[in-house]
Amino acid sequence: MKTGTGDPDRSDLPLWREEISFRDEDERYVARRQFGRFLVLTSAAMFAGNVWIWLRSRMHRAASVLAVPIARLGEIAVGEVKTFSFPGPNEPCLLIRRGVDDYVAFEQKCTHLSCAVVYSRERDRLECPCHLGYFSATTGAVLQGPPPRPLARIRLERRDDELFALAVETDGDR
Amino acid sequence: MDRSAQRKGLTAINGANALITVLVIVQMWLVSAALESALAGRADAALPAAIASGVIFAGSLFLLRFVSRVDRETRR
Repeated sequence: MKTGTGDPDRSDLPLWREEISFRDEDERYVARRQFGRFLVLTSAAMFAGNVWIWLRSRMHRAASVLAVPIARLGEIAVGEVKTFSFPGPNEPCLLIRRGVDDYVAFEQKCTHLSCAVVYSRERDRLECPCHLGYFSATTGAVLQGPPPRPLARIRLERRDDELFALAVETDGDR
Repeated sequence: MDRSAQRKGLTAINGANALITVLVIVQMWLVSAALESALAGRADAALPAAIASGVIFAGSLFLLRFVSRVDRETRR
């Protein structure tokens, strides 16, 4: 059976007897030592989190997505919106036709808490209904509210009579 | 058990735990800053933050060893 410290008169005690001490002064030590272990475990979790962020950002940079057709020209009327997923099926985006020949696309997830933003035709802006964060429909920049970053913009390309999504442009890419 | 030695041991353990707490708070800040900049598309801060976090974790482990050693010696 596993024993506790190197204390000669306690070496025969099982670990649980040492950890659950009936002596008051010993209990203080045990509580502090366990607190220290808990802190180091938290520290390990933070380190793992940092490494995970680094690995994810590397993978994100390495991933290349092929051009994806998202709409035909004239498929949506001026001032109307079409939703599509890009680059993956769980990443909803909005294609907005702001003028006859003016198309823009943005990720639909608000940069605050990932609520779905909607396009307001009257005000020509993207609005998050959860916390009233507003974004420019031209650049995706934050106009008002709690969002900390602009909306990610989708780079579009016109090929014949079809629109293709090419890449996601975040704040750092612009 | 020597009361004076016990008190000193407890003070040392308290100091080490306080230092680890400060280090963990710095690590939390590193995680949030790295995540924030990664979500904004600036990934260049992620590697230095991970390295700094690793160094802090190693420091925390060293302090935990110190706590265990003081604990063992004081309770002998």
